[in-house]
Amino acid sequence: MTGQLLEVNDLHISYKVYEGLLRVLNGVSISVGEKEKVGIIGESGCGKTTTMKAIMRILAANAMVAGGTIAYKGHDILRLGRQELMRLHRTSMSMIFQDPTAALNPVFKIGDQLQDIVRYSEWRSSVPNKQEVRTRAVELLKSAALPEPERILDSYPFQLSGGMRQRVCIAMSLASAKDLLIADEPGTSLDVTIEDQIMRLLKQIVEERGLSVILISHSIGAVKGFVTKLYVMYAGMMVEEAPTEELFSNPLHPYTQNLLKAVPKLTGGGVPEGIAGRIPSYLTITDACRFGSRCRFAKEHCHINAPPAFDVGNGHKVACFLYGGS
Amino acid sequence: MKGAISRGGFDYRKSWHKFSKNYLSAVGLGVVLLVAFVAIFAPYISPYPSHAEFYVNYPEAHEPPNWVHVLGTDQFGRDVLSRIMFGFRYSLMMAVVVLSLVVPPGVVLGLVAGYYRGGKAEMVIMRAADIFLAVPPLVLALSICSVLTPSVFNAMMAVSLMWWPWYTRLVYSISSSLRNEAFVQAAEIAGASPFHIIFREILPNCLGPILTKMTLDAGWVILIGASLSFVGLGAQPPTPDLGTMVSEGGKFLPELWWISMFPAMTIVLVILGFNLLGDGVRDLFAAEAV
Repeated sequence: MTGQLLEVNDLHISYKVYEGLLRVLNGVSISVGEKEKVGIIGESGCGKTTTMKAIMRILAANAMVAGGTIAYKGHDILRLGRQELMRLHRTSMSMIFQDPTAALNPVFKIGDQLQDIVRYSEWRSSVPNKQEVRTRAVELLKSAALPEPERILDSYPFQLSGGMRQRVCIAMSLASAKDLLIADEPGTSLDVTIEDQIMRLLKQIVEERGLSVILISHSIGAVKGFVTKLYVMYAGMMVEEAPTEELFSNPLHPYTQNLLKAVPKLTGGGVPEGIAGRIPSYLTITDACRFGSRCRFAKEHCHINAPPAFDVGNGHKVACFLYGGS
Repeated sequence: MKGAISRGGFDYRKSWHKFSKNYLSAVGLGVVLLVAFVAIFAPYISPYPSHAEFYVNYPEAHEPPNWVHVLGTDQFGRDVLSRIMFGFRYSLMMAVVVLSLVVPPGVVLGLVAGYYRGGKAEMVIMRAADIFLAVPPLVLALSICSVLTPSVFNAMMAVSLMWWPWYTRLVYSISSSLRNEAFVQAAEIAGASPFHIIFREILPNCLGPILTKMTLDAGWVILIGASLSFVGLGAQPPTPDLGTMVSEGGKFLPELWWISMFPAMTIVLVILGFNLLGDGVRDLFAAEAV
């Protein structure tokens, strides 16, 4: 593995709301190498999307970065000037959103939107002419496995099906993602067969183009065959980090163990029990382990201090006092 | 199969169907088109074009409606119908000038305030708008006009000055919610400039409500303009402005009712026409239930 493409270190993010301060992210660290495929799993509301938005720097206006750094290709993302950030967005990194319907502007044809992106994806070097832009847009649609690209360029988003819209979004992100692609639950709003197609397509494209990927999902099955390294997030903390195989064969954190057990199996055994309780309120959160209230193994000190990440070898890190510390 | 996805483009028949679902909007459109036609061709179709401005013919003064003067004559013997036809010109000019002065800055300010939500720009723009909105529009226009020399031009300026905050408010409310839509964020992460996002992503999504409000406002601007003329702060006699005609003719009520009643009724007609048309425009842009 050559140098790291993206290094998120000890990121803390809070949201200011009327009720007070929502301390959402609490020390999140991610590293993504060149051409590495990384997955992040965790239940809804555990800060996956907030982390990605911080990497893209499109956080809501009431979000506050309380600490931590994001390094991307030697740039300090959080302190980057407007122009530099725009250049990275246009030429290097991109993101696919959960809901393709919301991610496309409803009043423009696909062609107008896609060609705008193509036109600006070359940073002020040479402005390509109309024909080149159109050819490139058609190529992008073709690479996203869309039939009849010419017709799709002339369609409005509402004239396409959900799966086609997500393919269009993938095509759009490919225009500017030359290094890093973030896929934020790309299949969640689609039905399962389409989701499967989209994931296969994404995997194929990413491998062909040699992109680094961060894939976010709360469906464990979807990420298993895709990524080489997995992060498990819970309530704004990274609870476990391991190579995919290692994580599935040897889950260490109690939350990860429960999460894996909660997947229903076709081979019977009924509906699994799931994990009792729910994510604690970010408003009243303390310094204790955030999983403490739902953890069967919780001891006294778990309710006082949060565990740091302990390295247990094989690139496997786990933030739990069961594996080290006091 | 060709046509499985219909080609993009403006479908006139479908638009007309949506617009005319409520037949009153078609009536409104008819009234507005008629008024516009009469205003444009007033010198050719009015029975006595010379009666529009300064003209005196005392022998024919104070005539009630008859076959020679369909809506009667005023105190100087001028044909009321001809003057009303010319009056439409001033009313429509008022609406066109005021709206074209007001809409662009109002919309741009609203877009900027919505895009930079939570920032200083929003604070300054929206509080300024609030200050203008806090003063009743007619009172503000009256005070401005009474400081300046009363004229049609100054009345237009005064109405324009107090009208922009409505557009700023309207556009601000739409753009600040669109600001958080995924397609705006998608544009941001594709490296779009704020200019592109404001004018190419957000503005086109605000056009429906803006056009609807413009149509409805045309009627209100005409009413305010007529009110200013009525109290003598807008168009000055002998300009054939509908408001001026009502106030001049008001002195002869109730015996010589036609001098003021007919201009007053046409004001009602024009405003009603614009309001009905506005409803139709709103239906035109309303999202279809699928």
